[in-house]
Amino acid sequence: MKKPSAMLPVFPAYATPADKLGWWLLRAFCVAVLAYLLAPILAIIPLSFSSSSFLAYPMPGWSLQWYHNLFTSPDWVRAAKNSFIVAPSATLIATVLGTSAAVGLSRGNFRGKSLLMALLIAPMVAPVVVVAVACYLFFARIGLADTYLGLIIVHAALGAPFVVTTVLATLQGFNHNLVRASLSLGAGPLATFFRVTLPVIAPGVISGALFAFATSFDEVVVTLFIAGPDQSTLPRQMFTGIRENINPTIAAAATLLILFTTALMLVLEWLRGRRH
Amino acid sequence: MLALPLLAFLLFTLLVPIGALLLRAVQNPEVAHALPRTAQALDGWDGKALPGALAYAAVAADLGSLPDSADAGALSRRLNRDAPGARSLIMTTFRAMPFAPGLSADEAQRKLLAIDARWNELAYWQAIANNTSTWTPNYLLAAVDLRRGANGAVDRMPPDERVFGTILLRTFGISAVVTLLCLALGYPLAWWLSTLPARRANVLMILVLVPFWTSILVRVAAWIVLLQREGLVNKALMGIGAIAEPLSLLFNRTGVVIAMVHILLPFMILPLYSVMKSVPGTYLRAAISLGSTPLAAFFRVYVPQTLPGIGAGGLLVFIMAIGYYVTPALLGGANDQMLSYYIAQYTNVDVNWGMACALGALLLAATLVLYAFYRKVVKAELSLS
Repeated sequence: MKKPSAMLPVFPAYATPADKLGWWLLRAFCVAVLAYLLAPILAIIPLSFSSSSFLAYPMPGWSLQWYHNLFTSPDWVRAAKNSFIVAPSATLIATVLGTSAAVGLSRGNFRGKSLLMALLIAPMVAPVVVVAVACYLFFARIGLADTYLGLIIVHAALGAPFVVTTVLATLQGFNHNLVRASLSLGAGPLATFFRVTLPVIAPGVISGALFAFATSFDEVVVTLFIAGPDQSTLPRQMFTGIRENINPTIAAAATLLILFTTALMLVLEWLRGRRH
Repeated sequence: MLALPLLAFLLFTLLVPIGALLLRAVQNPEVAHALPRTAQALDGWDGKALPGALAYAAVAADLGSLPDSADAGALSRRLNRDAPGARSLIMTTFRAMPFAPGLSADEAQRKLLAIDARWNELAYWQAIANNTSTWTPNYLLAAVDLRRGANGAVDRMPPDERVFGTILLRTFGISAVVTLLCLALGYPLAWWLSTLPARRANVLMILVLVPFWTSILVRVAAWIVLLQREGLVNKALMGIGAIAEPLSLLFNRTGVVIAMVHILLPFMILPLYSVMKSVPGTYLRAAISLGSTPLAAFFRVYVPQTLPGIGAGGLLVFIMAIGYYVTPALLGGANDQMLSYYIAQYTNVDVNWGMACALGALLLAATLVLYAFYRKVVKAELSLS
């Protein structure tokens, strides 16, 4: 209706007082929705520095004991280690296979392309509990249950569609004549990919990799089903912690996770800005 | 073909396991696998009187030749679901095996009855006879509260055994409420963001993206902190005098809906925002200048232009919501659990894989049907970037 220019809207001459009131109500509503989105995340951070073992306000004083607990608890340290083993490995597999698939798919149309695409996207669509139960039953039979390998490959499969879609989106504006030029000038297909195609699509590849990393890093349902206690990851440790007894150590872990994922997101937004 | 490595990888890690899950939903392997001779001996048995001694001998031979107790365990669990008590009957008998070779059928019958007199009860024999075929529609039928009667006709479960209808309705009900709330909260916000200059919209969009990227477990933990009896929400409501007693907001439907809307709201806002960015504001101004009231212009001119965004966001949120497991499991009570919870329960606790797979197949089918609608609305692959 009206375009607000800065903090205050410039109402057109025909705006009635009711219109203006409506605009302010809408704006208050939107601020409330934003508060609803952010408040829980902001509310848990201070509690991780509380000297009380109750997760409630007002806090009696400040303390770093929960971070000390976190870094000295064998369960949490192992979970963090596992997360930083599983997520990067899954990301590597998802990125290599996903980028290769996207480059293949972008080369013109062929029969069965939409079916192929549907299959490659399937992990994104399938309910995660179905994936978890399917892998649980199948991996037990072939000896992949309770192994790092089993967990990594399922996480990679869940993350790969994000790489395929982001890289495909980057490749939409890609000029394939560059590849033809490179090939006709004597560069091999591999050299052409690494020296011509990859530099152009790099932002898309990195975005896709970050999505794949976040998918694995935040995955809990599959992990609950197919990982043994030795492969417990950070989200699974949080799940067990919340279910058993929620305490400020979980708030400390949550705070570190919020910082980490926010950093990931800012990198991604920065890349997106560069892509355009 | 460069897409083949990924296809092969996905086939092995996901598609083949999911295919196996779908097969498992119509399989009934335990009895056929563990008691092949008994199945043969009971072929053609009318089920009205106890079977002959040959069937007893077949049971003894089958149980005596089972390779290990895991097979006996699977068999006993399977039969126990149809005939309570079968678990102990099978396991006691299995532990007394094998009989000396060369036993006559009558001797085998006598020895079986000496081990456990319940071999003289018809119900156990019927349970075995009903489950001798490897393929069964029973799990899928049970998943929608149907069963096969004695004559093979399909009818509804007796009222006290109709459990899954309630669970399905609850799953779709919670998802519908969450979707509508996401639309009610997300539509105004997306519209406001789309009217802002790009720079300010991007800054505010970060505020939407921070929760989007924050781990679901972190957000569930945060909601527990906020919604508990002494939590900030109750304190604030009591502080402004809205309530006198703390509300119970956790481990019930309210908590589940509040947290699910929080988690899924960005999936509504992002598609709405991208559609609204492409809707020119001039149509709305034209409608108003032609004499329409702003409200009427908004609903009759602007909203119809954003229908693709509403469809995409709504379907996306609904599809994701029906598969939710973690949030209801941690924030809900016993009456707030959704389909995924029961799939997990049947897999891990009840060890009834046929039922788990049938419910999984149902959830997968519902998701795929909805996704087909989504593709019709969006005409592009699912993408969050």
